[in-house]
Amino acid sequence: MDVLRVEGLRKTFTTDQGGVRAVEDVTFTVEEGRFYTLLGPSGCGKTTTLRSIAGLERPEGGTIRLGETLLSGNGHFTPPQARDVGMVFQSYAIWPHMSVFQNVAFPLDAAKPRPSRAETERAVTEALALVGLEGLEDRPAPQLSGGQQQRLALARALVRKPKLLLLDEPLSNLDAKLRERMRIELRELQRRLHITTVYVTHDQIEALFLSHRIAVMRDGRIVQEASPREIYASPHSGFVADFVGIGTFVAGELQGDGVRALGGIVRCARVEEVRPGEPALLVLRPENITVRDQRADVPNEFPGTLRVAAFLGDHLDCLVEVGDTLIRARAHPGTELRREQQVFVELPLRYCVALPDDGWRPRALSRSFEEDE
Amino acid sequence: MTGSPAVAAPRTRRLPRLDSAILVPLGAALLLLYLVAFPLAMLILGSVSVQGEPTKGLTLGNYAETYSDPTTYRLLANSVLYAFGSSLLALTLGTGLAWIVERTNTPARRAFFALSLVPLIVPGVVSTIAWIFLLSGQIGVVNRVLMTLFGLDTAPFDVFSLGGMMWAEGLHLSPLVFLFMSAAFKSMDPSLEESALTSGSGTWRTLRRVTLPILLPGFASATLIMFVRGLESFEVPRLIGVPARVPVFTSTIYDQLHEYPADYGGAGALAVGLLAISAIGVWLYQRLTRRAERYATVTGKAFRPRVLDLGRWRYAALAILLVYFLLIIGLPFGILLFASFIPFYIPSLDMLSKLTLDNYRFALEHPSVRDGVRNSLLLGTTAATVTMALTAVIAWITTKTKIRGRGTLDFLAFVPIAIPGLILGVSFILQYLSPAFRFLPIYGTLWILVIAYTTKYLPYGMRTNSSAMLQIHRELEEASAVSGASWWMMFRRITLPLLRPALVAGWLYIFIVSVRELSASVLLVTSESTVLAIVIFDLFESGKSNAVAALSVMLIITLILVVLAVQRITGRFGIKE
Repeated sequence: MDVLRVEGLRKTFTTDQGGVRAVEDVTFTVEEGRFYTLLGPSGCGKTTTLRSIAGLERPEGGTIRLGETLLSGNGHFTPPQARDVGMVFQSYAIWPHMSVFQNVAFPLDAAKPRPSRAETERAVTEALALVGLEGLEDRPAPQLSGGQQQRLALARALVRKPKLLLLDEPLSNLDAKLRERMRIELRELQRRLHITTVYVTHDQIEALFLSHRIAVMRDGRIVQEASPREIYASPHSGFVADFVGIGTFVAGELQGDGVRALGGIVRCARVEEVRPGEPALLVLRPENITVRDQRADVPNEFPGTLRVAAFLGDHLDCLVEVGDTLIRARAHPGTELRREQQVFVELPLRYCVALPDDGWRPRALSRSFEEDE
Repeated sequence: MTGSPAVAAPRTRRLPRLDSAILVPLGAALLLLYLVAFPLAMLILGSVSVQGEPTKGLTLGNYAETYSDPTTYRLLANSVLYAFGSSLLALTLGTGLAWIVERTNTPARRAFFALSLVPLIVPGVVSTIAWIFLLSGQIGVVNRVLMTLFGLDTAPFDVFSLGGMMWAEGLHLSPLVFLFMSAAFKSMDPSLEESALTSGSGTWRTLRRVTLPILLPGFASATLIMFVRGLESFEVPRLIGVPARVPVFTSTIYDQLHEYPADYGGAGALAVGLLAISAIGVWLYQRLTRRAERYATVTGKAFRPRVLDLGRWRYAALAILLVYFLLIIGLPFGILLFASFIPFYIPSLDMLSKLTLDNYRFALEHPSVRDGVRNSLLLGTTAATVTMALTAVIAWITTKTKIRGRGTLDFLAFVPIAIPGLILGVSFILQYLSPAFRFLPIYGTLWILVIAYTTKYLPYGMRTNSSAMLQIHRELEEASAVSGASWWMMFRRITLPLLRPALVAGWLYIFIVSVRELSASVLLVTSESTVLAIVIFDLFESGKSNAVAALSVMLIITLILVVLAVQRITGRFGIKE
């Protein structure tokens, strides 16, 4: 059973720039054959957690188990070379002085007992075919393109058929088109090989696309862990909501089953851990909001002024000013709406969930946290 | 996997894993300690021992005797004056040249950059001898020519004087200053000057208020390093200073060990004094360059410097360049070539009718020449290989790990730069002739020279290896560990191959300076373990100057060919990667 269990992981250290980073009490389990993503902004501890699993960092506390084997904890520490893992680094870490074949064969050369020449060749060919690099064996590694280096790094990580695959932001150095293609290939490969995988990224699209489960990390802790669908639809906090997608944050005081905001009361389908009188937060995804030019007399309907209506092909991107709140919404591209006209927005009851207000506010309209990096 | 973690855990907790990741770096660190700390400790111990021998009792007598003697202070004055004068000459020439080559539109200045590296290959003993041939009162060619031209009765120059010493040493050091300062000129952002000019500041004012202050750290560090080089030089003080009756520290220490009975204690006390002065110089240099480097990381890119249009004056600048290269390459090499083809040395053109190859035959057939060549090649390759291998491991520790004590290792590997070669020789004598080292009877063999050279060139190996090591991305090594490779496999198959350009460059440099080496060897060789520079030195002292000339010509040509060949080979590798 290739189940990864991380329990109570702790690690503090000073970075080269002088800042202190920490992983505090991180616990999670990756079931066999699952794709598990650690998602969070730079400095949240996701890479440290991954490197601790690889054995490249020595944790100060907690245990890491792969199947029945204790890798780290209880005074024991297995060095990286003795762990049955494959890893793809952010920089790919392709050895520039070796050919494609030599790069992939290296983990086999290091194995004990060392496989025969014929076995090595067979395994390398197989691994290269897996990532679509067959026929490039003799090419010097630096002559590969960015995408090919990415595949080579993957082939090298897989050639020993490890129990666990670790991926550290492997797509972040590719251009947008290539990144999308590699995302698809990576997903298909993982599903086909059924290899237990831990993936680290700050890109929520990658996380949603690839994962069976996502753990959102912040300041060294996991703040929410769930399936992609659940984490998008029911974030537990403003931070998570903002991190996994776009949305308008509406803050106000909880009154009964609604939130006092937008010049009235927004009624909620569900209230989570907020008591009446306390500050609450509503996160409204644009695709869930309906914009009309006439009143429809439905619950949670608010009048506002359309400030921006931009045609984006598959939808109309709208910003509606309600009171002093700008609400982002998506309308059908065929809708006839003009700038500065009066509109009515409907916040459908079932999407309204009152969260405790953690003070987090969306960062402008940017979708990505890459600016942090 | 069905391993039982509960059983494995307590066992690994008590004993650290004794694998290559611990053993190789630990061994290298211990070796470094032995190479550097031990000889220095033995030197200091010897200087406070009766007759330099700790078993005969400890005493402060050596210091009392040495430093109450007024002649010691004459030595000090001579040494400082000599070092000051020669570094001043070297700095003036080197900086002026660097300015002409880097910042003006003088014709053919690029060709001079390559030419200026040639003198770095020439051994100090050879260039010193060349200047004796050129400027000696009796036999100096320059003197003869000037006397004939102007009808003088006495020679206008005498190399056997303090001024002559400064001249020979200053010229010998000037190419180094040139390298230092052209690097400083190159790394200077021209926009700093341009912004001063556009703020209405005149050319002269810009030079004074902007250019000079920016160059000051580079200039000051070059000054210090030249001063230390001047202090520790041995060839000029021995071959010119002794006949000129201008004793300095190094020549006096050599004499004390060569008179009978040898005064080990007194030499030790004197050596510690010289070491202290040199250490202060190096310490100041370190402080200066550290600040300069921090400055450089902000603006340390390669800029295209502002080139000054000299107008018609650029031909004057070209003339200056030509005269300099005449002085530093043309005249010395010409006189050696001349002397090598004549049967006995008379500075007259009549000798051209008596040309002969006898000197070359004599040099090639001389048994100690053959020994010297063989030993120098053997020592050069061994010392270069050992030093680069050792410093590769040490540089890995200091740049790639966070182990406590790595700063100390870095420091230890840098210390030898402050140890004058002759002082290193004294320390090795005190160490390996001491009864405590009777179990290691390597004095008088090539082994002691291998150890001495390795110690002496550690700083050079460290510098090339650690700057190259910093360029290797951490993940390249981590990928190896995650692939299941041991530390040794990683080091052998990932780290060392990636270091190869630096390893080749460092190896070549150490090979060349080993073949030139004289001041550390002079106290450690015997007739069997002699080296090339010593053979030249001895032949000259025994009056075989024409054979010395022939030998020097062959040595210079060979070294230039080696450099060209290695550069060609590494150049080809460079393209392949």
